[in-house]
Amino acid sequence: MQNEQKSSIADKPVSIIYSWLGDRIFLTVVVALGLSIILLAGAMAWVLTDEAGMALDEFGIIGFLKGTTWDPGVQFRFGALPFIVGTLVTSVFALAIAFYPAVAVAIFIAEYAPRWLGSIIENLVHLIAAVPSVVIGIWGIFVFAPWMRETFYMPIFLWAADHQPALLPILGSPIGYGMTTATIILALMIIPFTTALTRDAIRQVPKEQREAAWALGATKWEVIRMAVIPYSRGGIMAGAILSFGRAIGETMAVAMLIGNKNNFPFSIMGPAATMPSVIVNEFREAVGNLHLSSLMAIGLVLFVISLIVNLIAAYVTRKLSITGGQSI
Amino acid sequence: MKTLRQRNIRDYFMVGLLYVSAIAVLTPLLIIIGYVIVNGISTISIDFFTQELGSPARAMQGRPTGLVHSILGTLVVDSLALIIAAPLGLGAGVMLSEYPDHKLNPTLRVLNDTLNGMPAILKGLLAFALVVKPMGTFSGLAGGVALAFVMIPIIARSTESALMTIPWSIREAGLAIGLPRWRVVLSTVMPAARTGLVTGFLIAFARAAGEAAPLMFTSFGNNYLPNHWSGMIFGPVDTLPQRLYSLAISPYKEWHAMGWAAGVVLLVFVLGLFIAGRILTRQKYQA
Repeated sequence: MQNEQKSSIADKPVSIIYSWLGDRIFLTVVVALGLSIILLAGAMAWVLTDEAGMALDEFGIIGFLKGTTWDPGVQFRFGALPFIVGTLVTSVFALAIAFYPAVAVAIFIAEYAPRWLGSIIENLVHLIAAVPSVVIGIWGIFVFAPWMRETFYMPIFLWAADHQPALLPILGSPIGYGMTTATIILALMIIPFTTALTRDAIRQVPKEQREAAWALGATKWEVIRMAVIPYSRGGIMAGAILSFGRAIGETMAVAMLIGNKNNFPFSIMGPAATMPSVIVNEFREAVGNLHLSSLMAIGLVLFVISLIVNLIAAYVTRKLSITGGQSI
Repeated sequence: MKTLRQRNIRDYFMVGLLYVSAIAVLTPLLIIIGYVIVNGISTISIDFFTQELGSPARAMQGRPTGLVHSILGTLVVDSLALIIAAPLGLGAGVMLSEYPDHKLNPTLRVLNDTLNGMPAILKGLLAFALVVKPMGTFSGLAGGVALAFVMIPIIARSTESALMTIPWSIREAGLAIGLPRWRVVLSTVMPAARTGLVTGFLIAFARAAGEAAPLMFTSFGNNYLPNHWSGMIFGPVDTLPQRLYSLAISPYKEWHAMGWAAGVVLLVFVLGLFIAGRILTRQKYQA
């Protein structure tokens, strides 16, 4: 074998088919495969728009987005507003809850923890980020939601019933499955993700930046405050935006915990619904074409919102060239 | 101007705050995992791995039930997904890393990241429209396609970064002895990067294996094992994450217990793959 190869290189000039045509074919195949990813993204936009057409024709784009009634049973009227609001409210509050603790853990890993502890926690964070959504969901259904009901919702509800009956409609029914429960679980689920991205951003801070602050006589916290955080601010921002995108699309755990009730307006403790949760819950059982098409239209809205969030994150990431969440 | 003493006190305070928040964040997450494992293991039995689920009555009458059909279904659907996703992801990764000047690359990179960030449920809707509707039935194949959409961007990204770690001098060495470019990529760069490529497959597989949302209306679910193996591909098939969801929201106590068992099996499966991937990478970069 060795001999043959040697002689073939020495005797024959490399055939033009082997080199020129081979390169051509290889490049064509590779570009075709790459193109198919671009096509896939295009197909997603096109298919969702196409399938949503019926519902959007029936109610109009603005009408669909503004509609507050979702009634697949009697009136056959579909409006997306409750789900859009449900998604945005849960995601915004989840990010608000998750952001500071996640950044704190990242700073702790990067700056304070001894190296061995830091790497253990970092691996742990990546591991937790990989836990399937349904597994968190089953814990939420059987442990967390009942616990929240007994510890917080019932006492608050009973107190309000005695002293402030006006609050009751705002608080909602204390069944345990609802907006607040889902938001807290959502926050827990995006913390590892935000932490990992923040950690990536802090890793980009050059050593000189810190040393300069040390040289001015700063304390450890002042180094972080004056040198590390300002330098990685953009990366942390991009991480927060990506985490927000994660929260928007998080489906199973939220569907299991939010109670899935689309009566608008929502209450604090009471059941609600989000865009992914309504798709998961109703798509399998949807019979009417209009109902299916309306669910696809919800998917389209979700697609557009995710697209905007991801493109903003891509823009911020490119401006600051941190790794775009690829470590997870 | 603050005194040094005040600044030091502030420093200690922030250290304490960071320690407390790190513990406060990690504890509940570890409790969740621990709870699922402890609770799940206590409900696991040998029947779980050998019997199919059947109707709810079967569990309530105490006859043996299990999730062997879901475990097999998960393996079949995930493998189908990997078969579909691997060439596409590899091709795109090679394009991004080996032809860095190609005009389409910036678009490809942004779209790939965007696809990666898209909610998995939308990939299920896409697979529903592209596969389930024309075929007229829910099928394991549709589930595989949906999960392939989840895997493709991950594989493309990890392939690109794995190939990027191979120094350009290796490519130049190949070109210098007269190898055409495609042989350089296939025979020197990709073998040298194979640990990284495999890691990418493992991570993508682990991510997809935990997804339930795209499978709800593509592979749909099935309480029984299909009579023939082709039923796994062309008929509705059960998968662990989607079955776990169905068990958890069902009204039967016996099924809830089985849900915990499914949870721990899924958790061990996904985390096992994930840890294997991380260990492979570590060997690569520390050796």
